[in-house]
Amino acid sequence: MVHITINDIPLEVPKGTTILEAADKIGVHIPTLCHLDLHDFGVVNKVASCRVCVVEDKARQNLVPACAEQVYDGMTVVTDSVKALNARRGNVELLLSNHPFECLTCRKNLRCELQTIAQELNIREVSVEGERKSYPLDLSSAAIVNDPEKCIMCRRCETMCNEVQTVGVLSAINRGFGVSVAPAFNLDMVDTSCTYCGQCVAVCPTAALTEMSYLHKTWRALANPNRHVVAQVAPAVRVAIGEMFGMEPGTISTGKIVTALKRLGFDAVFDTNFAADLTIIEEATELVHRIQHGGRLPMLTSCCPAWVKFIEDQFPDLLDIPSSCKSPQVMLGAIAKSYYLDTLDILPRRLKVVSIMPCVAKKAEAARPELSKESLLNVDYVLTTRELGDMLREAGIDLSKLEDTEFDSILGESTGAAAIFGTTGGVIEAAARTAYEMLTGKELERIEFEQLRGLEGIREAVVPIGDLDLKIGIAHGLGNARKLLEQIQRGESDYHAIEIMACPGGCIGGGGQPFHHGDESIILKRQQAIYEIDRNMPRRKSHENEMVMKLYNDFLGEPYGEKAHEFLHTVYTKGERI
Amino acid sequence: MDKEHLNMRSLDVGKLAALNNYISDLSDPEGSLINILHRAQDLFGYIPINLQLHIARKLKIGAAKVNGVVSFYSYFTQEKTGRHVVSVCMGTACYVKGAEKVLHAMLDELGATKGKATDDGQFTIRDVRCVGACGLAPVVTVGEKVYDNVTVDDVKRILDEYRGEKRGH
Repeated sequence: MVHITINDIPLEVPKGTTILEAADKIGVHIPTLCHLDLHDFGVVNKVASCRVCVVEDKARQNLVPACAEQVYDGMTVVTDSVKALNARRGNVELLLSNHPFECLTCRKNLRCELQTIAQELNIREVSVEGERKSYPLDLSSAAIVNDPEKCIMCRRCETMCNEVQTVGVLSAINRGFGVSVAPAFNLDMVDTSCTYCGQCVAVCPTAALTEMSYLHKTWRALANPNRHVVAQVAPAVRVAIGEMFGMEPGTISTGKIVTALKRLGFDAVFDTNFAADLTIIEEATELVHRIQHGGRLPMLTSCCPAWVKFIEDQFPDLLDIPSSCKSPQVMLGAIAKSYYLDTLDILPRRLKVVSIMPCVAKKAEAARPELSKESLLNVDYVLTTRELGDMLREAGIDLSKLEDTEFDSILGESTGAAAIFGTTGGVIEAAARTAYEMLTGKELERIEFEQLRGLEGIREAVVPIGDLDLKIGIAHGLGNARKLLEQIQRGESDYHAIEIMACPGGCIGGGGQPFHHGDESIILKRQQAIYEIDRNMPRRKSHENEMVMKLYNDFLGEPYGEKAHEFLHTVYTKGERI
Repeated sequence: MDKEHLNMRSLDVGKLAALNNYISDLSDPEGSLINILHRAQDLFGYIPINLQLHIARKLKIGAAKVNGVVSFYSYFTQEKTGRHVVSVCMGTACYVKGAEKVLHAMLDELGATKGKATDDGQFTIRDVRCVGACGLAPVVTVGEKVYDNVTVDDVKRILDEYRGEKRGH
């Protein structure tokens, strides 16, 4: 243990503690900007580049960054001296001197950490003036907008993109005043192997990296009397959107979301969870088929479009291992534009499918040309959880005050197995529940597979299914996924099935979720809520979803059969790493 | 950016093989990025973006990381260089002793643009950060050769030493 004083308050902390962590223990708040610590998810950005957290180390008569500096025995720290406050203010003023002052119209207005710091430090004028950097917007992709003029070089996105996700698309390019965070050779984002996971967006403190917005197009579709507009809501949205309306993290607001979407004018509101159950029927059948017919193992889940792009670009030799199943969002779109369309008396192009997703990559997925039929996309527009929150605010709808409404039948019916798609481990647990009964013909008594749950970056478990010990691997975060894929490449992998989700925590930590601003307890509460939804469901296995079975009887025929392949399966394209 | 510039077919096969051999002899290629880049620049004279991409793929790292390093260090150049690379030190000591005037005299003498090869492909004039020979300031290097206490009046004489070689090779 180390003895120190902070602002004359003596305290004892373990060796290796940073000043920031020590100060937090005694309720002393030190403002930070570049610092980010999502410890449970293996995400730490401690580059000390912004110098906003500087405090005075009395013995050294010097300013040190509290986020990175570890305490030593006898250390005397002052966080609120005139010297520290002036330095902090000066550093923020320097950042502001090179920042566009368009806060009122900025995409991150009131959600910007630079704005918050300026407010916390009572900055009323910027005393330094100088040349301001000028860069074009990158609007090339369907998912992410890069606006380097708003970048403060905190390097959080670089940490995410390189160290956590190992995608390696973003880096600081050039030097000094000419530096910007961009893809190699200043390529457009769309020409790179960006997976659009959106974790850079999730951690960017300003509006340098944001999602491509489809709000305007959605409003226009809703306002057009010649359009029949349906919505679908992903599992992780319902446990997060409440945060934008003053509700506690982890509040479940499924019924309220349906009411809100109806009020916005959607003609029908469907549940992506229906398609998650559908995915499980297809995926579990595919897995059983591969196991029984000596097919390629392990089989990898394919629900996560960032992960799919990752394997296409970085492991093009392994494209025979992911399941050929489309993701639930695209399955629902495909069924809405076929089975559901048949119940309407309208031209196909008049039906618009809008997805509400916790995800930025879902936008890029929806735009993939192969996920269409007769040149009509399966899904037209994708809104993030955040964008739906923004839309409701604009419409004057307070989500917290709404009553509950049920999803529209039949594409609104779901089981607990579908609910857990929103968290790491959930898809494979749902698949295991169904595969067990498919392979053994017996009823599964213990539904919860505790060994598949948790937050370790890579987990593995053996699920005994009759004579077979089903070996399952789980990875969340693309850096962890890479390790499992390299194992497969080396021929050292003996898994039957692997679940991969690109975002730390799975979709609950998705790039389109309300900003956590570095508070990982928010993501954990969302996960608890996901499991709560599952526990409270009368049916908890996908094959018990009667409406999914009705869809097979009425329309699709056999699971994994010819028509199912036409509507529910896809192909992957070899890419290159840039 | 035109993606055609990323086409690797335009890279010299022999030089590329030499670079690949160098990389495969390294015990920790990923940790030796700077060394590899130095070798690449020695071989090719500059590090074009398709070569950067080649190195990134060889080391299984992101191209952005390679491009970040190449564009950060002033020693590395992404532009095709002339046969003779003239580096004018603009470190503090050289600068205060008139390096900037020397640089401009060099550019004027050749009608060149800083960092770009001259039209005849013979020279590239560039400024570099401190070369670590402050006692000799202002310092100019041409290839491996170092010129000390350079003044504007020396510029023509230095360049003439190399102009003579024009038809030599």
